[in-house]
Amino acid sequence: MTPDNGYIGIKLHEAPRRQWLSRLHVDLPLLAGLLMLAGAAAVILYSAGGQKLDVLVRQGTRLGLAMAVMFVIAQIHPRYLRLYGPVLYLIGVLLLTGVLLMGETSLGAKRWLNLGVVRFQPSEMCKLSVPMMIAWYLAAQPLPPKFRHVVAAGILILVPTAMIAKQPDLGTAFLVGVSGAAVLFLSGMSWRLIAALAAIGAALLPVGWHFMHDYQRDRVLMFLNPEADPLGRGYHIIQSKIAIGSGGIYGKGWLRGTQSHLEFLPERSTDFIFAVFAEEFGLLGCLGLLGIYLFILGRCFSIVVQAQDSFTRLLSGALTVTFFVYVFVNVGMVIGILPVVGVPLPLVSYGGTSMVTLLAGFGMLMSIQTHRKLMPN
Amino acid sequence: MSFEPLSLKDRLLEQRVFLNRIVAAVLLIITGTAGLALRLVYLQVMGHEHYSDLSRDNQVKISPLPPPRGLIFDRNGEVLADNVPSYSLELIPERVPNLSQTLEELKALINLNDEEIRRFNALKGRAKNFESVPLRLQLGEDEMARFYVHMPRFPGVEVRSRSLRTYPYGELAAHVVGYVGRISESELQHLDPSIYSGTYHIGKNGVEKTYESVLHGKTGYEELETNVQGRAIHVLGQAPAIPGADLHLSLDIRLQRTAFDALGDFDGAVVALEPATGRVLVLVSKPSFDPNPFVQGIPRAQYDTLQRNPGRPLYNRALRGIYPPGSTVKPFMALAGLEAGGIPASRRTYCPGYFRLPNSEHKYRDWRSGGHGSVDMKYGITQSCDVYFYDLALHLGIERMHDYMSRFGFGRRSGIDLDGEKAGLYPSPEWKRKHRKQHWFPGETLIAGIGQGYVQATPLQLARAVGILANRGRVLEPRVTDRISSTLEQENPYPPTELEPIAIDPGHWRTVVDAMIDVVHSQSGTAKGIAPGLTYHVAGKTGTAQVFSVRQDQEYKKMHVKESLQDHAWFIAFAPAEAPQIAVAVIAEHGGHGGSVAAPIARAVVDQYLKSLQP
Repeated sequence: MTPDNGYIGIKLHEAPRRQWLSRLHVDLPLLAGLLMLAGAAAVILYSAGGQKLDVLVRQGTRLGLAMAVMFVIAQIHPRYLRLYGPVLYLIGVLLLTGVLLMGETSLGAKRWLNLGVVRFQPSEMCKLSVPMMIAWYLAAQPLPPKFRHVVAAGILILVPTAMIAKQPDLGTAFLVGVSGAAVLFLSGMSWRLIAALAAIGAALLPVGWHFMHDYQRDRVLMFLNPEADPLGRGYHIIQSKIAIGSGGIYGKGWLRGTQSHLEFLPERSTDFIFAVFAEEFGLLGCLGLLGIYLFILGRCFSIVVQAQDSFTRLLSGALTVTFFVYVFVNVGMVIGILPVVGVPLPLVSYGGTSMVTLLAGFGMLMSIQTHRKLMPN
Repeated sequence: MSFEPLSLKDRLLEQRVFLNRIVAAVLLIITGTAGLALRLVYLQVMGHEHYSDLSRDNQVKISPLPPPRGLIFDRNGEVLADNVPSYSLELIPERVPNLSQTLEELKALINLNDEEIRRFNALKGRAKNFESVPLRLQLGEDEMARFYVHMPRFPGVEVRSRSLRTYPYGELAAHVVGYVGRISESELQHLDPSIYSGTYHIGKNGVEKTYESVLHGKTGYEELETNVQGRAIHVLGQAPAIPGADLHLSLDIRLQRTAFDALGDFDGAVVALEPATGRVLVLVSKPSFDPNPFVQGIPRAQYDTLQRNPGRPLYNRALRGIYPPGSTVKPFMALAGLEAGGIPASRRTYCPGYFRLPNSEHKYRDWRSGGHGSVDMKYGITQSCDVYFYDLALHLGIERMHDYMSRFGFGRRSGIDLDGEKAGLYPSPEWKRKHRKQHWFPGETLIAGIGQGYVQATPLQLARAVGILANRGRVLEPRVTDRISSTLEQENPYPPTELEPIAIDPGHWRTVVDAMIDVVHSQSGTAKGIAPGLTYHVAGKTGTAQVFSVRQDQEYKKMHVKESLQDHAWFIAFAPAEAPQIAVAVIAEHGGHGGSVAAPIARAVVDQYLKSLQP
C-alpha cells in the first residue's frame, strides 16, 4: 500500500470504462440513479397533473435543460469550482441586496430579480455558492478548523441566509443555511461546539417566533395542531395524511388515487406530490422511492470518499448532505412530522426553479469524480 | 515532509476527521430515513383502516358555516343594520354534470344577466368543488316557483336560505352605517380564504367597513360524510360559527332624522357630538342615498344615476366635504389672541368698514361696508367684525395662528372611526413653500384670520373644534361606535381615546364663551333669531363660506352659473353653555346667512337632544 498522501488508488478494471466516460465527464451510476428518479417522477406527475401530456412535456423540457446544465458543469475542473466559489458567493450576496432593494414582490415576498429577459431568484444560486464559499474558505485552513475559523465561516453563512429569510423565504433560507452548516460539520468542527450551538439555537426559538410573519406562525401552529383549522392551513396536512394512510401497503393503483383525483389534495403536483405517490403506490412504492434516493445518496458518498483534496471533499460532502435534507424536509412535511414549508420533493415535484440548482450540484459531483488524478502507481 | 512549517495541514488527520464525519452523516441519514419509513408504516399500515374509512367510497367533506353578521344599533337600540332571510339559487359545481349548459338553461328560466354569471364564475374559482356557490342571491317568488317545476332537470342546483343585510332607515344613516356588497375580485386577493369561505359580502363603507373584522364573526365548519354522488350522509363533526359582534353606535337615529329634516331642501351636513366623550350623536350628509340596493349589487343604470347626480349623494360631506370655515374660526382666533398673542380682550380696533396693511393701498373689506366703529374682542365676535380679526391676525402672525389652530384640529384628521375622512387645511408659510412654491404674503394672514383663503375644514372638524372649546380644552377622538357586544365577551368596553389637552386660562375661556352666548342671546348677536323660547344658554358662532362648494368638478361649474351665488351658511354651537352636553356644526350649501339658515337647524337638534336628556 502506498503512503496515504491524499490519493486513493484506482482499481485496474475501472480503467477501460473511464476511458470514454471520463472524456465526457459523466458519472454513470449517478446518472442512472437520476434517470430512475426522473422515470418515477414522470409516472406520478402524469397522475397528479390530471393525466395531461403537456404537463409531462413541459417538465421533461425543464429536466432536459437542467441535465444540459449538469453536463456543462461536469466539464469544469474542480480547481475552477474552487476559484469561482468566492466570486459566485459575492455575486450572490450582491444580487440578494438587489432583490431586497428593488426585487419584484410576488405573493408578499420579494424573491425575484428582473433582469430584463429572465426573472431570476438569487436565493437559488446561494444554495450552491454558499457551500462553495465555505468549502473554499475552510479548505485553506488546517482542519479541524480553529474556533475563529468556525466563527468566520458562520458569519459567511449567516449573511446570505439572513437576507433570504428577510425576503421572506424561510424554506430556502433554511436550506442555504444547512448547505453551509454541512461544510462546517464535515470539516470537523468540534462536537462540543455543535452541542453548544444546538443549545443556543433551542434557546433562541422564542426570539425567532417574535420575528416571524403571521403566515409563518400559522404554519408552525398548524403543524402542531392541524385539526384546529381544517378549512385553512390545516386542510393540507389532514388531506395529505388521509391520502397517504388510505394508500395502505400496496396502494390504490396508478391513476386510482381518489383523494388526489377528487381534488381534495392541494398542491398535489408540487409540494404534496409525495402524498399522491403514497396513495397510489402504497408503502412499498414509498420505500422504493426512498430506495432510489438512497441509491443516489450512496453513489454520492462514494464520490465524496474518493475525492482527493479538502475542497472537493467538503463541497461534495455538503452537497450530498443537503440533497438528503431536501428529501427529508419535503417528505417529513407531507407525512406530517415537520411543519409546512415550501420545499419541493427534489426532481419529482412539478416546477423548474430548483431543478436546475439541484442538477448543477450533481454536475459538480460528477466533475469532482471524473477529474481525479490517476495514481501513478 | 519535514521541511514543511507546522502550520501546514496534516493530511492524515484531516482525512481521518473527515471520514469520521462522513460516517456520522451516513448514520444521521440512515436514522432520518428510518424515521420517515416508520412514520409511513404508522400511517399506511396501522392507520390504514382509519384513513381508508375517511377516504374510500365515503368522502369526508368540510363545508363552511358562514357566521351571521353582527347587527348595528343606534344609542337607543334601534336597528340600523339587520339580517333578514332570503332565498338564493346556488350551484354545487361538483354535482353539475355540464356547467355551461346548465347555466344557459337557467338563464332562460330565471333571467340571469351576464354580470351575475361573471360573478358566479369568479366565486366558483375560489370555492372548493363541493361547496355551494350562489348564482342569484335574491330569488323572487315566481322565479322560485318556476325553478321548482324544473328542478329535476338541474342536478346540483338548489334553493338555499341565506341571510341578507338590510338597512331599515335607508338614506337616513347611509353615510355612517355604510353598506355591505358582494366581495369584489380585487378584494378577493387580499382576503384570508379560510375566514371568508362561505361569506359573499363584505363591508364597503361606513362602520360596516371600519368594523368589518368585528362584525364578520368566525366561520364554523361541518365535517360531512358523503356518498359517491356527494350527498351528505351524516355529520361527523361540527364547529359552530361564532356570530359577529353587534355594534352599538352612539348615533341617535331620531336626532339624525331631526337634523336631516331640518336641512330641508339644502345640500349640506350636520355633525353633533357629545363633548365630554367625543361620541357622535348626529352625522348627516345631504343629499343621501339608499344603501339597500348595494347589498345585491346595484344595477349599472341606478348607479350611474347616483354618480351623475350633481348633488353627489354618495359623497360624505360631513367628513369629506372641505369648505372655508369663514367666521366660525373667530372664537378660536380670539382664544389664540388671548392665549398665544398676549392680546387683552379689552383692546379696541377701529372698524371703518375696511382694513389696510401698512404701506398698502389694498382694502380688505368688512362684511358691513359702513363699518362697526370701535370694536373690542367680545363685540368683534358677537358682531363677527372682520376688521377686528384682520388686525388680530396681523398681530398674531401666521405661524402662531397655524400652531394654535392645529391644536383645535384644523388641518388634521380627527381620527373618527369612519373611512375616507379628509384633513382639510390650515396653511402655513412652510406649507405654501412646499406645495405652491411661493412665499407667504402678509395679506394671506389677514384672509386666514377670517377663515377664508387657503383655510379649509370639514363639518366634522368644526363640530370637534367647538366640542374642544366646550370641553375647556380636553381633546377626544370623535367616535361613532359606543360599544361592541359579542356573544362571547358580552360587552367590550370601548373607552374614548383622549389626546393631549389644550391648557386654556379659565378667564380667557369665559371671555370667548360669553361672546358666543351673546351671538345668540344679545340684541346685536348675528344669530339672535333663534333665541326666543330657549330655556338654556347656547354658545354659538355664525359663518359664511364664500368660495368653493363640494362640487369641484364640471357639474359644479354648470351649477354655479345656474344656482344663486349665495354663500354657504355655517353655524357652530354648544349647549347648555355652562355645562355643555352637545356640540354641533351645521353647513347649508348656498344657504346665504348662517344666522338665519344654519342656526335654526342647529337649534332644532340641540333642543331635541337636551329635551331627551330630561327624565
